[in-house]
Amino acid sequence: MKLLRWLWLAATLGVLAEGFRVAMFVVPPDAAQGDVQRIFYYHFASWCGMGLFYLINLLCSVAYLAWRNRKPATALKADSLAVTAAEIGVVFCTVGLATGSLWGRAVWGIWWTWDPRLTSTFILWLIYIAYLLLRRLAAGPQMRTLAAVVAIFGYVDVPIVYMSTRWWRTQHPQPVFFGGPNSGIAASMMPAVWWNMAGWMMWGIWVASLRYQSIHSEQLAEEEEARQSLEAAR
Amino acid sequence: MRRPYFLVHLAKDLKIEWRSKDAANAMLFFALLVVSIFSLAFDPTDPGLHKFTGAILCVAILFAAVSSLNQVWARELQNQVLDAQRMTNASANDLFVGKVLAHFFFLTLVEIILAPFFVIFYNLSVVGNAWTLAVIIPLGTWALVVNGVFFAALSMRARSRELLLPLILLPIFIPALLAMVVSTSAVITGASDPGLWIKMLAVYDVIFTTVCLLLFDIVLHAEG
Repeated sequence: MKLLRWLWLAATLGVLAEGFRVAMFVVPPDAAQGDVQRIFYYHFASWCGMGLFYLINLLCSVAYLAWRNRKPATALKADSLAVTAAEIGVVFCTVGLATGSLWGRAVWGIWWTWDPRLTSTFILWLIYIAYLLLRRLAAGPQMRTLAAVVAIFGYVDVPIVYMSTRWWRTQHPQPVFFGGPNSGIAASMMPAVWWNMAGWMMWGIWVASLRYQSIHSEQLAEEEEARQSLEAAR
Repeated sequence: MRRPYFLVHLAKDLKIEWRSKDAANAMLFFALLVVSIFSLAFDPTDPGLHKFTGAILCVAILFAAVSSLNQVWARELQNQVLDAQRMTNASANDLFVGKVLAHFFFLTLVEIILAPFFVIFYNLSVVGNAWTLAVIIPLGTWALVVNGVFFAALSMRARSRELLLPLILLPIFIPALLAMVVSTSAVITGASDPGLWIKMLAVYDVIFTTVCLLLFDIVLHAEG
């Protein structure tokens, strides 16, 4: 297991390095924006990462709610994975907001605007931070149930974020992928997109494996403590 | 025909509140304070402030509601109502709907009492169709109350529950707040058509009422 983790890390670093090389030096600069546009490869990769991990969070939260009485051990694993995914999702969301803000400053001249895409994404960020805070402030097994419920609520915002550039006219550019006519990215730029998407997802998975192990062993230790104190009280 | 359970809960809440007037007084006074503080913070005679009065009204309602939502389940917790509810054959949703309707009623009452003060403090003159406000404000209030009662139940057994409730409620409520503020301002200044935002508010209400009803039972009886 440890070997696999080290190999995965090595592969991830390799992919990220190649992604950096391709993004910065190989693909052509944007016709309109020039080299500033290269931040897109990181901006887009972090949103893909966020999308993946929030989805994992949703699925694990639903699994926890479904299994918490019938299969408690598996449910606990699902819960650990849920909180891991939420933490990494928040990190990706933060990076996405930061890269977007930097890019916006360079290209639009403003750090921020309250258009539907940025607003809904900011709300998403706040919701998952509230989720993490709930886990810290509530206690006991009921905390996991409540957190799972908040995760389901929070995920309602994700389709709104994704569709916001399609439903409204926004400051944020219209969809690049799967957008309407005249959308899409030049084929010569796609390698940078692929390498970085892959690299950052791999990085997310690597960190998730570490966090999951740490969180799950903490949860098991808590349960063991609770069991021991229960037996001592008898 | 036997009375539906949610009406029983609603009648109970209304009756208790009528006798004690705790929540209504607290909400009203708090809202009044917020309106006064805002009129001190912004110069109400400034003509440029006209387009912000909608926002100030909505924020005052928000603060008033959050202050009362902290206590919304206190009576139930103190009197073991939750255990009693588990033993009946009424579903938890009846308790939820009764609670939400009662709270919606009190908050609307507070808003009706607050309205004249608002008009006086801000010399409010509504340029657009003022009756549209009678659609917008209840829709926004419903969004606030349904989510607020739900998350109050969710945080009721947590540490720092007064901190946790606004932390979870406000991010989720922001889309409705946005729709409410923009449509209220649109009506007050008469500058644009609030139709799209009203539709958005209505859709938000439907989605979140449904999700709350589906998940309330899990939250109320979350023992692990």
